[in-house]
Amino acid sequence: MATEALLGFAVAGTFVLYALFGGADFGGGVWDLLASGPRKKEQRALIAHALGPVWEVNHIWLIVGVVLLFAGFPRAFAVLSVALHVPLTLLLLGIVFRGAAFTFRTYDTRGDAVQRQWGLVFSVASVIAPLLLGMCVGAVVGGTIRVEGRAVVSGFFASWLTPFSWVVGVLALCLFAFLAAVYLTHEAPTPELRDDFRRRALGAGVAVFVAAVAVLLMARQGAPRVWQGLLHSPYALALHAGTAVSAAVAFALLWTRRFAWARLAAATQAGLIVLGWAASQHPYLVVPDVTLSSAAAGPTAQRMLLVALVVGALTVLPSLVLLFRVFRPGPAPGGGR
Amino acid sequence: MTDLLYARAQMGMSLAFHIVFAAAGVALPVLMVLSDWKARRTGDADYRLLSQKLAKGTAILFAVGAVSGTVLSFELGLLWPEFMGQYGEVIGLPFSLEGVAFFTEAIFLGIYLYGRERVSPNLHLFSGVMVAVSGAASAFFVTLVNVFMNHPSGFTPTPSGPVDVQPLVAMFSPGWQYQTAHVLLSCYQASAFAMAGIHAFVLLRHPGAAFHRKALSVALPLACVTALLQPLVGDLSAKHVAREQPVKLAAMESHFETERGAPIRMGPVEIPNGLSILAFADPDAEVRGLNEFPRDEWPPVAKVHVAFQVMVGTGSAMALLALVTLGYRWRKKAWPQGRKLTWAWLVAGPLGVVALEAGWLVTEWGRQPWIIRGVMRTAEAVTPVPHLAAPFWTFTAVYLFLGVTVVFLLVRQVAGTLPGRHGGDAHGH
Repeated sequence: MATEALLGFAVAGTFVLYALFGGADFGGGVWDLLASGPRKKEQRALIAHALGPVWEVNHIWLIVGVVLLFAGFPRAFAVLSVALHVPLTLLLLGIVFRGAAFTFRTYDTRGDAVQRQWGLVFSVASVIAPLLLGMCVGAVVGGTIRVEGRAVVSGFFASWLTPFSWVVGVLALCLFAFLAAVYLTHEAPTPELRDDFRRRALGAGVAVFVAAVAVLLMARQGAPRVWQGLLHSPYALALHAGTAVSAAVAFALLWTRRFAWARLAAATQAGLIVLGWAASQHPYLVVPDVTLSSAAAGPTAQRMLLVALVVGALTVLPSLVLLFRVFRPGPAPGGGR
Repeated sequence: MTDLLYARAQMGMSLAFHIVFAAAGVALPVLMVLSDWKARRTGDADYRLLSQKLAKGTAILFAVGAVSGTVLSFELGLLWPEFMGQYGEVIGLPFSLEGVAFFTEAIFLGIYLYGRERVSPNLHLFSGVMVAVSGAASAFFVTLVNVFMNHPSGFTPTPSGPVDVQPLVAMFSPGWQYQTAHVLLSCYQASAFAMAGIHAFVLLRHPGAAFHRKALSVALPLACVTALLQPLVGDLSAKHVAREQPVKLAAMESHFETERGAPIRMGPVEIPNGLSILAFADPDAEVRGLNEFPRDEWPPVAKVHVAFQVMVGTGSAMALLALVTLGYRWRKKAWPQGRKLTWAWLVAGPLGVVALEAGWLVTEWGRQPWIIRGVMRTAEAVTPVPHLAAPFWTFTAVYLFLGVTVVFLLVRQVAGTLPGRHGGDAHGH
């Protein structure tokens, strides 16, 4: 495999991981906003408890993705930074407020009113950020970002404010909420709380299905090239079939309350959706004017980046395993602080 | 203001904000681990409380540092797409390694903060050490990018962008030893002085507070050692600048005419041959003046000069205080307790951060009008997106708000340790 394909795969991989971990964090914020019923307080406490030790780690996948993009495909990074300046700036504001509000809420215990205010900031930012993230993806696959030479010629709003981008944004939001709800069924300490999130997971699962169908239907108009890719690339078709199967399996496992396995199936489903997106737009990085090879760094830089990736993986993966082992859901939540 | 100025202002503001949290993220874990280790050796509850307080402080500052760092990684492209589009591949390597360090820092901080009761004491302390090491590593790698911007190497420039890219050569551009050492020291120095200042403040009002006495004894050694080392490293760094970036040196010293045996001029005071000695270790060395360089390659002279004077002034004051304190410690075999020196440490508390910001401004203003010295001008790198005033004012407001909130939260952390407050936090959990 060519180094640029390896690097492209690494970028897609970090986006998958960001969706699975960072996305679930956003989803946690969504359920914080939508907490309801007699166990409102416990729901929020569970979310905070599950997020606390890991949210900063989960968030770093995004930074890794960005760094890989500008180091491996600098010209694509420049194009995206110009064309998506506005939504990316808004996304950043969402990320800043989400992270800051979550930390302030955790470490500032002045009383319920202040906590609620930070909680509201945290959860509203958690809804807006995935929506914008999805809209950016919609613009990238939709083929509305146009580039001549090195200059973006499609303006700063037209490319990401299309109906197709909005639908992709909604899909991202539903998917993250679904992931978070499924994960939380497994983290929940009591059967009642588990049922709360099981219901939310099932509801969000239906929403994901509806949004995914809408994206597929609108792709014909909104992302014609990807629609073509969907029909003609065997990889993409296989990935989409895999997504459908894992979605059905996740749903069945949730229904029958096998939460540990449901978690795995939901993660597989979400991962395949992201990979399916990547495969459908291959070999384009920004459809239709920037390809992997036209945006790629020079060969030496690519090789060094791969070396850095290996070094990074060897350092980070064992540490990550340790982290998730230490904080794997146990019988006594609230043992930390 | 033009859009270029707004872009520069936004980048500068984001960095000025982030740099404080980044410095704390490098140094506070060291102080936290030191207290933790002292607590374990002595069984002293005060040291344990101190390490817990420092851990909370680290958590708050690290979180804000992480999000503001994320903003920066995007802003590189959002504000300077031509720079990143052409040179992203040249400087991608240190950024990637910084990402790795950042990753391990976040992982082990999670374990340290939330795992006290879940992991063995040794693994807990090890996690703290890993946080400290990763923090230093990420500061090291990201400084290498700045070194490159000041002294680019590892590629051949052409009109269509860099060719023959050698990322390892670019990563270790000339002068990397001096600048990274200078930056790392400044992180420890700024944090240690700030911490000493805070506890000096409490001690002036509650002289008997044992907790704050011990906290001061953790901060002072680091503060003194860094304050004395920093002028030496700074001198090496200045000599490197004098050799490799004569325009920057001339701006730092506001030196217009090329002359041999150049003096240092500070207002009415003049030290004969001072500049030649400082810059080249030779009283008769020739120091090139600004007038020798094309006008459109001058950095903003007044700003660079003032920032440099502020850095040197605060640095000298801190070194002097460190000398006096260490002298006292040597004679009396104890850290100073008197009001005068405690006052001095209170006043010196903010100086480390002031010096850090001023020194960074010297580097950044001093490099203008280039984003990569001699290769790409800042004006060529800026984004074509219009109305950059909007994001600039938005982020300014957000950062102001965050800054005020963080200070508020940290004050509350300290307030919880004041004598007479309820001690639930102090000796319980």
